[in-house]
Amino acid sequence: MTRLLQTLMDGVAVGSLYALIALGYTMVYGILKFINFAHGDVFMLGAWVSFTLAATLGFAGGAPPWFAAPLVLLGSMALCGLLGFTVERLAYRPLRNAPRINVLITAIGVSLFIENTGQLEPIGWLAERGLAFPFGTRPQRMPALLPDATLFEVVGVQVKLVDVLVIGIAFALMGLLQWLVFGTKLGRAMRAVSHDPKTAALMGIDVDRVISFTFVVGSVLAAAAGFLAAEKYPSLNQPAHSTWILLGLKAFVAAVVGGIGNVRGAMAGGLLIGMVELFGAAYLSPQLRDVYVFSLLIVVLLVKPEGLLGKATVEKV
Amino acid sequence: MPTSLLRRAAPLLALPLLAMLPLLGGCGDTAPTAPQGGPATEPVAQTGPILIGEYGSLTGSEATFGQSTHNGVTLAIEEINAAGGVKGRQLEVKVYDDQGKTQEAGTAVTRLITDDKVVAVIGEVASSLSMAGGRVAQQYGVPMISPSSTNAQVTRIGDMISRVCFIDGFQGYVVAKFALDDLKADDIAILYDQGQAYSKGLKEDFARELVAMGGRVATEQAYTGGDQDFSAQLTAIRDTSPDAIFVPGYYTDVGNIAIQARKLGITAPLLGGDGWDSAQLATLAGDAIEGSYYSNHYSHEDTRPAVQTFVSTYQARFGAVPDGLAALGYDATKLLADAMGRAPSLSGKDLAAAINSTTDFPGVTGTITIDPERNARKAAVIVQMKGGQPRYVTTIHPKGAEPAAPAEGAAPAEGAPAEGAAPATEGAATP
Amino acid sequence: MASASLQERARALTPPALPTLVRAWLPVLVLGGLTLLLHFVVGPAVGPYYSKLLMDIGINVILAVSLNIVNGFTGQFSIGHAGFMAVGGYTAGMVTYYGGLSLWGSSLPQGGFLGPGELLFALSCLLGGLAAAGLGYIVGLPSLRLRGDYLALVTLGFGEIVRVLVQQTDDVLFSAEELAAVPVWTLPTKVGGALGFTGLPFYTSLFWVYLFVSLTLLVAFRLKASSHGRAYLSVREDEIAAEAMGIPTTRIKVRAFVLAAAFAGIAGALFAHEVGTTLNPRELGFQKSFEAVIMVVLGGMGSISGAGLAAVVITLLPEALRSVADYRMVVYALALVVMMLVRPQGLLGLHELWDLPLVRRLLRRGGGAR
Repeated sequence: MTRLLQTLMDGVAVGSLYALIALGYTMVYGILKFINFAHGDVFMLGAWVSFTLAATLGFAGGAPPWFAAPLVLLGSMALCGLLGFTVERLAYRPLRNAPRINVLITAIGVSLFIENTGQLEPIGWLAERGLAFPFGTRPQRMPALLPDATLFEVVGVQVKLVDVLVIGIAFALMGLLQWLVFGTKLGRAMRAVSHDPKTAALMGIDVDRVISFTFVVGSVLAAAAGFLAAEKYPSLNQPAHSTWILLGLKAFVAAVVGGIGNVRGAMAGGLLIGMVELFGAAYLSPQLRDVYVFSLLIVVLLVKPEGLLGKATVEKV
Repeated sequence: MPTSLLRRAAPLLALPLLAMLPLLGGCGDTAPTAPQGGPATEPVAQTGPILIGEYGSLTGSEATFGQSTHNGVTLAIEEINAAGGVKGRQLEVKVYDDQGKTQEAGTAVTRLITDDKVVAVIGEVASSLSMAGGRVAQQYGVPMISPSSTNAQVTRIGDMISRVCFIDGFQGYVVAKFALDDLKADDIAILYDQGQAYSKGLKEDFARELVAMGGRVATEQAYTGGDQDFSAQLTAIRDTSPDAIFVPGYYTDVGNIAIQARKLGITAPLLGGDGWDSAQLATLAGDAIEGSYYSNHYSHEDTRPAVQTFVSTYQARFGAVPDGLAALGYDATKLLADAMGRAPSLSGKDLAAAINSTTDFPGVTGTITIDPERNARKAAVIVQMKGGQPRYVTTIHPKGAEPAAPAEGAAPAEGAPAEGAAPATEGAATP
Repeated sequence: MASASLQERARALTPPALPTLVRAWLPVLVLGGLTLLLHFVVGPAVGPYYSKLLMDIGINVILAVSLNIVNGFTGQFSIGHAGFMAVGGYTAGMVTYYGGLSLWGSSLPQGGFLGPGELLFALSCLLGGLAAAGLGYIVGLPSLRLRGDYLALVTLGFGEIVRVLVQQTDDVLFSAEELAAVPVWTLPTKVGGALGFTGLPFYTSLFWVYLFVSLTLLVAFRLKASSHGRAYLSVREDEIAAEAMGIPTTRIKVRAFVLAAAFAGIAGALFAHEVGTTLNPRELGFQKSFEAVIMVVLGGMGSISGAGLAAVVITLLPEALRSVADYRMVVYALALVVMMLVRPQGLLGLHELWDLPLVRRLLRRGGGAR
């Protein structure tokens, strides 16, 4: 029972991180129909920027002030949002009419660029002024900005504040996104562009702006996931570690399993992937946790290619 | 149809030739070599500096390993050259980055040996990369010394490959013996990295030795290097309530493992191998790692003059306390230079013979004797993390060599740490 | 003329037998000759390091040109090519390593050029190709019903599953005695796990690499020019229209997929037996698959010579940048992005090398002299 509850809670926590990242994939895919491979790297940057901000602002060591966590979170979200905007503007927009595979290769290029620039040694001039950027090849420890408290205990399972916050913030952001997409004018424009960019443009929607906005929102969510992951798993792997890409890929799998292009699907998919991974690892064998995720993907694609919450599209002649 | 096909296909034939144009420029002076399968037979240059090759992970996820090793090698080369070099010639080291990838390692070693014509190669840390490079060195008949690859299979490649560190079989024995004798822990859980040959090998050696000495493996759990979430494995381990948890992985993962273990309420100490050895370990794991033990090649608290000189020179040169990898890189280079001095010529065969016949070489990491299997036979130390510092605990000698000469791996007496070392914190979590 | 019978006209149009035969076989002869030239003249002349680079190039050419059959010809999007490479490599490795142990009691190379060892190696390459093709069929048949990116995901997932499963395997057996002690059917679990399948004999030489490069090129070119190949291209251009014209699109896609997998398997076998490579699961992950996709796109989707050219560039670029150490991957990534922005159709676009104006002019001059 203890183990079941423990696994359940871990699954939800891990799943909400996947869901946050998956949202970025699914929104970009919904609009541009391409897999933004660089999205996993934005997640990585979210974690590392959080670390660098926290270290530069002197929040490492001791008890950080209460505003440390929100400040670092918002700072990381803002910087990554800016990055998402820049990448879209410089690398993806010129390829708007190119075949999708070109955009995909560009995304791989951007991904390689971010990782390999990220692992360069800090620039001396900046480091002297207390800002270690880029991040270097060493793994680092994220300072604990959230208090390490146990909220309550149920049948031997300690419910930690960090986990509750991870789940809470993730769900709050997802709710916000839900409202943004379905409750605002901009959201309607996003859905229109996703449905048919040409017609949307004819209806007076500034397609480029909507796409830019989509990238910014996706990157901001990935940055938030990066911050939360860094708080939950404070020993940060170095920027070029393949684990970041793998996490990104699993989040993408979550987006596909839930039904790509579907915001609620991405959330459901994220949680499902988290559950499958954790329960598989706990009750079958931890060796094969990645196999469970990718097997689930293949099964879902073969049985219901449009994803769990996706709508089947009929090919038009 | 065939005509047009031919006309279309003809230029394609030029493609491979075109491809070689940029290459031909750089190899005008390359003498024809024996077709692959035979050792390279060119005579080694007799004058000018002696070129040594080094390959390591200077970038990539294991970059700190390569960088530490390279610092050790650099320091040794500088010292040797300042002392007049070897056979009256200066040493020069050529280093290539392999990014921690086996294919890159193979290419780098091929380039070092056949293009740069190095007389010997130093590398790598990770066993899988030493395997990749070692097979090339063996193929071309150039000696290679691995400073710190502990997997037994590395030197089984052939007579050109040797190492200056102990092997996992011994390390497994050391940790198991320490756990049983000193910690009185006989029920031990294992959490290993299935993606690293080093971790998998050490896990097997440890389990075998532990069971042979009367201990019990509580449970075996696996992860993949870089994983962030260990909750499933640690929950399973907690259910068996072991006396200790052996984590034969790299320090990069140990941080998250220790933090999550403590979060889950596991208080048993963690045990590790030399993959934990990094100044970064305490930073990553923080309080969670306090009181845990790992086996290592040397301790910088060792009072032997050789060690203290090395530690202070290294600190002056690179501004950091040398870790075990730096010490092994240093020892590998010094041992190589020593063998070069003894070898009648610098040909691969003579040099390998000289390296393999090394006995009682006074290294920083202990007195090194290369055994018939080309592994270094020497003692290991156990250190404990206390106050964010690895503190010396005990020295464990190879089986049958327990009443060792006092010189070997001489350890500071209990409570008498070397100068410059932080005072031991009282009340650090000890089991 | 007008009164000539149908048979006479047909006979007049039939090309003479001998020149046709010569022309048909000339590419084979030329490629074969070139292979021998590389092996016996160029290889020894440039030394082992550059020979190794040439072999790396050749293996990447096989990968790129074969992936081009799926991604370029039929317009499908597979990113699991490294998985097939791994399957081929491990299959071939088991044949040469355990085959060598049981035949000669040693895993070292046996015999010289075209000796018994090399023949076993050639057999292993073909078996590796077959194994990969078989798996390609199993993976492809259900998943090729899917469109576009979904196929990409299935192939990606498949590649990752192969990698994790290989990681679980046990140590390689060292001697003939150990080999005799275990049942044969357990051998696929004795391929080294994370450490890699070590101890494979070094059979791969310029000869074998370029023999299979030639084979791959011949198949790709003949396919592209054949009516069967046009069916492949029609799937890429418009699947629905192709279906309407009576082309069994799923079957065509599966065929392309299996063919590409077979060559990837052969590339894997060559890779496994090369000096300085290690067959290990970390090496053949999705990064390797991406690399193959990058080659295809960089060269120009559907352009065979373009894929070959890109394979050459991609192999040499990081090597040429080795001296810039830290910055090489940054430069490589930037080059990739800039390339896509400046020349989105790839180096050659849909064309072949000899379609370029400059090359064409050169060719015409050569042809005029004839």
